[in-house]
Amino acid sequence: MSAPGPVGSSAPVAALLGLPRSSRSRALALVGAILLALIFLFGGDGWVSILDFTMVAAIAALGLNVLSGYAGQISLGIAFFMGIGAYTAAWLGGSPPQLPGDPAGLGLSFVIWLPASGIVAAFIGALIGPTALRLKGFYLGIVTLALVFIGQYLFINLRVITGGQQGRFNFPAPTIGDFSFASPNPIFGVQLTTNQCFFLPLLPLLALVAVFIANIARSRPGRAWQAVRDNETAAAIMGINLFEAKIGAFVLSSFLAGTAGALDASLSGIATPGTWSLLLSIQFIAAILIGGVASVWGSILGAAFVFAIPTALNTFSLLPQNASSTGISSGDLSAIFYGLLIIVFLLFEPAGIIGLARRIRTANQRIETRRKGGETTTATTTAVASSEREPQLDVERMDLTRRADAPQ
Amino acid sequence: MTLFIQLMFSGLALGSDYALIALGFTIIFKASEVINFAQGEFLLVGTFVVSTAMFSWRLGFFPAVLLGMGVTVLIGVIFERVVLRRMIGRPPFTIIMVTIGLDVLLLTAVTILVGSNSPGAPAPFDIVSAITVGGVKFGLNALASIVITILICVALYAFLRYTRYGLAMRATAIDQEAARAMGIRISTVYALAWGISGAIATIGGVFLAAGAGNPVFDVGLGQGALVAFPAIILGGLDSIPGAVVGGVVIGLVYVLTQGYEASGFLGVNFHTISPYLVMILVLLIRPYGLFGTRKVERI
Repeated sequence: MSAPGPVGSSAPVAALLGLPRSSRSRALALVGAILLALIFLFGGDGWVSILDFTMVAAIAALGLNVLSGYAGQISLGIAFFMGIGAYTAAWLGGSPPQLPGDPAGLGLSFVIWLPASGIVAAFIGALIGPTALRLKGFYLGIVTLALVFIGQYLFINLRVITGGQQGRFNFPAPTIGDFSFASPNPIFGVQLTTNQCFFLPLLPLLALVAVFIANIARSRPGRAWQAVRDNETAAAIMGINLFEAKIGAFVLSSFLAGTAGALDASLSGIATPGTWSLLLSIQFIAAILIGGVASVWGSILGAAFVFAIPTALNTFSLLPQNASSTGISSGDLSAIFYGLLIIVFLLFEPAGIIGLARRIRTANQRIETRRKGGETTTATTTAVASSEREPQLDVERMDLTRRADAPQ
Repeated sequence: MTLFIQLMFSGLALGSDYALIALGFTIIFKASEVINFAQGEFLLVGTFVVSTAMFSWRLGFFPAVLLGMGVTVLIGVIFERVVLRRMIGRPPFTIIMVTIGLDVLLLTAVTILVGSNSPGAPAPFDIVSAITVGGVKFGLNALASIVITILICVALYAFLRYTRYGLAMRATAIDQEAARAMGIRISTVYALAWGISGAIATIGGVFLAAGAGNPVFDVGLGQGALVAFPAIILGGLDSIPGAVVGGVVIGLVYVLTQGYEASGFLGVNFHTISPYLVMILVLLIRPYGLFGTRKVERI
């Protein structure tokens, strides 16, 4: 607890919320917040829409990261759970059928269908989990692969709820009282677009999920997941119930995926069975691998990378148009990129973009330490010199540096 | 009854394609304990090369297939050497993920190359040509796929049983360290496994495409090949005969459910999930499959 930096009365609260503690990360967070505000206010509807979808994707990516990043279990099933969430929301919140062929809807409120979509997905996760997780290794990957196909079948055949092959349109809008977040509405006299309205509940929701995950990762269940991931035998010896830990991660992951699926369908207003395909699952895997496994910010950055960039390229036609009509679509272009990046990151930086950022920070610190070290104590310089020869000693070096810096 | 015989025959033909695909998975798994999630897209790439060679470059069927096999063998060996070789000792999670990366890369590459004008689907015979016996149609492509699968199984058996390299592969599968101590070059064994698997993938892909009866090349071929997962789980992950038996059984399950689902009560597309339901059943009852080693661990 010898972390440097100003210690104000807000520090414990900030630490509890998982807010950045160093001044540099605080500055970064501030820049991010300003950027978000600028896009929200002046970016125009296209960008806000991309922001909305990215935030929804980030919630699902956080869910996958709980299971795959923290608990180390391979899952291809996130698309299935998102679909479950979406259709639960549609059934509970959708408007009652007007024509005989219309899919069913109960017309319940936002505060019911949003948590319910997560809970139903979590419940199905808890039903499937015991079968899939009892087997060690990659079996979960294969079982969840099967789930995606079974989901496709169910979503096509349960016409009463899903609307069949053509999908269903009357997805419920998040409304509180008379205020709908899915239509252009004025707030405090300022006219907002649909996407701007949707942004308002999404941002706190994503923040809530992110803080929750950041905290649970550092509490007992989170530590248990990471222990199971790193070495199952060792984790079992330490008294962790492997089965409980894995099921816990699977259920929480399914819950978040279900919620994200409901939000996604509500945001786009339509869902066809084809939405919840294997491709979607693979995109989320790409997101957490590129962003950073077992990292909250990694999930968010990864979701932005995989989902926002192709949409942005499309919306603003940033791709060079070929003279011939056989141009590469933005989806294909980004798929090539993330396919390559998965391989490159796994080879050279398994911690993803977040790992890269950490590396840059460490390198910066090293440069800074060296500069300071020349002026102050010799202890620092020798520590730096030895750490350069043996990079494994990084942690020790940082400790020494801090102690050397403390008297200043 | 005619319908049943017809379906059994189609199931056998499809099953032999699945057996080939499953063999590709099993050979790699036996040699290096890697589950190659990109195997489906190996099929796709191989078939695409064959298709392009036949329809754009006007090559004959056999040279085209050889070319396609060459390409998939090359991709497999290069991927093994450049990527997987550096991953030895990393957790299985990472290794599986890297094959998923390759899967995305190959699928997208083919999607872009195909663009909007699909070439034809390659097949040794015309898609509709068949011998009719007693009201049952025996498609020539289907017959060919059964015969070729049997030939490949025999060749593979002979290779593993009677050649030095086959012996090296079997030794490595039993105990990698002991095999190394005996002077076997593990890197050669890995390269061989990926090469053989790539070659088989192209053949399996061509027959799968021909059997689907689709006159044009279909980018979804790789995803269809994922049905080989139920096949290898059923047969046992590390068993070569298991892969063949599993493939045939899953092929039969697929075709029979497809043939009889017209009666309606199972809904649309039940055949697309019936193999996976079989797989889940197997995992519940006998997770190591019919012929696999009983080393699957439960917690």
